[in-house]
Amino acid sequence: MPYFAGIDIGSRGAKGCIIEDGKIVSYFIGDTGPESVKTAWYTFEGTAKPVGLEVKDMTYVVATGYGRVLVPFANENISEISCHAKGAQYCLPSVRTILDMGGQDCKAINVNEKGVVTKFIMNDKCAGGTGRFLEVIASVLGLTIEQIGPVALTSTEKFPFNTVCAVFAKSEALTLLKKGTPKADILAGLHDAIATRCHNLLKRVNIEKDFTITGGISKNTGMVAKMKEKLGLEPVLMEPDPQIAGALGAAVFARERWLAKQGQPPQ
Amino acid sequence: MPAAGIDVGTLTTKAVVLDDGRVLGKCILRSAENAEAGALKALEEALAQAGLKIEDLKGIVVTGAGRKFITFTQKQKTLLSCLAKGANLLVPTVRTVFDVGGESSTVVRVNERGGVEDSIGHDRCASGTGVFLESMAKLMQMPLAEMAKASLLGEHRAEVTSMCAIFAEQEVISHVHRQPPTPKNDIIKGIHGSMAVRIVGLAKRIGIKPEAVLVGGVAQNVGFAREMEIETKIKLIVPPEPQLVAALGAARIALEEKV
Repeated sequence: MPYFAGIDIGSRGAKGCIIEDGKIVSYFIGDTGPESVKTAWYTFEGTAKPVGLEVKDMTYVVATGYGRVLVPFANENISEISCHAKGAQYCLPSVRTILDMGGQDCKAINVNEKGVVTKFIMNDKCAGGTGRFLEVIASVLGLTIEQIGPVALTSTEKFPFNTVCAVFAKSEALTLLKKGTPKADILAGLHDAIATRCHNLLKRVNIEKDFTITGGISKNTGMVAKMKEKLGLEPVLMEPDPQIAGALGAAVFARERWLAKQGQPPQ
Repeated sequence: MPAAGIDVGTLTTKAVVLDDGRVLGKCILRSAENAEAGALKALEEALAQAGLKIEDLKGIVVTGAGRKFITFTQKQKTLLSCLAKGANLLVPTVRTVFDVGGESSTVVRVNERGGVEDSIGHDRCASGTGVFLESMAKLMQMPLAEMAKASLLGEHRAEVTSMCAIFAEQEVISHVHRQPPTPKNDIIKGIHGSMAVRIVGLAKRIGIKPEAVLVGGVAQNVGFAREMEIETKIKLIVPPEPQLVAALGAARIALEEKV
C-alpha cells in the first residue's frame, strides 16, 4: 500500500507523520533548528527510519507550518491552519472547534464534518497565549516547561494577573517570588490569564462541541484544566499525541491529493 | 505660595516644587516598593532644594500609575490632565503630547488652555515602552545611552516588525546571526524605529497636530526621538527634563486650585 507523509515545521517544534491505509504508521516530534532544510530532513528521518522507510517509499508528501516552503522532498505545501483542522477532525470526527496552542502563535479554528476550515482567527502578534510565554515564565520560576502545568494544578489560591504581556508577567512573577508567593499560585494565576485570553479568541469563532486543543501546550495539564473551566466544555484530546495534528493533517492531505491526481474521489 | 506635584510612575517617582511658573525644586527617584515612602522622599528632596518645608506648600497633587497608594495628600489627578497641563506650561502652543514611560505609552491631544481634548494609550503590553528598550539593551549588551547614540549612526532601519518584545528579540537575534550580519547600528535604528511605528500608529487614531512634545523617561533617548520625528514627519520638542512633565503639571494644578 502507498505511504503518505506530512511534515509540519513549526516555529519551535518539527513534527512528522506517515500514514498507510489511513492509519498512522509512525510519527516523530523534534525541535526546529536554525536551518529549515536540515530540520526537514531530520524530521523525515526521525519519522521514517524507525519503521524502515525512506523518502523514495513515499507516494506523496505534504509540508506545512512556518517552514513549509523549505522542505525539499515535499510534493506540495498547505497552510498549517488547514492541516491542523484536517488532522484533528480526522482523528476526532466529532470535533468542530479547535484551539491550537503553538510555540509562537495561538489559533481558534472551526471545522466542518469534512475537515474543512469554516472560520478561524489567530494571534501571532503577542507572545501571550503561546509557548514562548510559558517558556519565559518557566525559566523565571526555575522550572521546566513540562513542570509548570502540574505545579499550577497544586495551587490553593491563584494570584490574579491582569496582563498577558510576557515581559510584564515576568517582572511581576519575579517580584511575587521575592515576596514569597508560592510558585503554584503564581502559575495558577498566569495559566488563568492565558486561558481567559484564549477563551476570548475562541469567542470570535463559534464555540461548538466537540472541542479539542492541539499543539505543544495541549500537553500542559494545568492549561487544559483551565480551558475546561473557562469554556465549561471538556476538551477531547487526540491520540496518540495532540502535537502531531498538523503533520497528520498534512499526511491526510497528501493521500487526498494523490487520489485526486489518480482520478479517484477522496474517501 | 508654592505648591508641589508628585508623579508616582512604575519605574521612577518624580516630584516638582513650583511657584509662579518657576521650578524651585525637583527630584527623580527609582520607585520604591512602598509607593508612599518613595513619594515622600522625592517630595522632601525637592523641598530641600527649594529651601522649603511641607507646611510652606499651598497644596500637593499626586498623579501617575501609583497615585492610588498615596495617602498623605487627597488631591489626585489623572496622568492625562497632568501631562497636558505640564506640557502647556513649557510649550503654550502644544497640541500633542507623546509620553513614553517605563511601562506605558500615552498620547494626549491638548487644547489651548492645557486641557485634555482626546487621548489614547496602553499599559498592558511592553511594546512601545521603556521596558521594551531595556530588554533590547540587555540583548545587545549595550547601555541604553550608548544604544541611543549608535542609533543615530545607523543608515537604514533593520526590519523589526514584531510589536511584541519577546518576538522582536528573536528578530534581533536573527539579524545578529545573519550572514553577513546586519550592521549593529542598523539593528538599533530598527529597534527604535519599531517603537516609533507602534506609538505613532496609536497616535494616528486620534490625530497628530503640531506643536508636539515628546516627554517621559524614554524621550531622553536621542535615537528614539529621531525615529519619532521620521515617523510623525514633524519636529518634536523634547523639554530639558522630559520625565518631569507630569509632576510639573500636577504642581501647576495644585497651584491653580482654589484652597
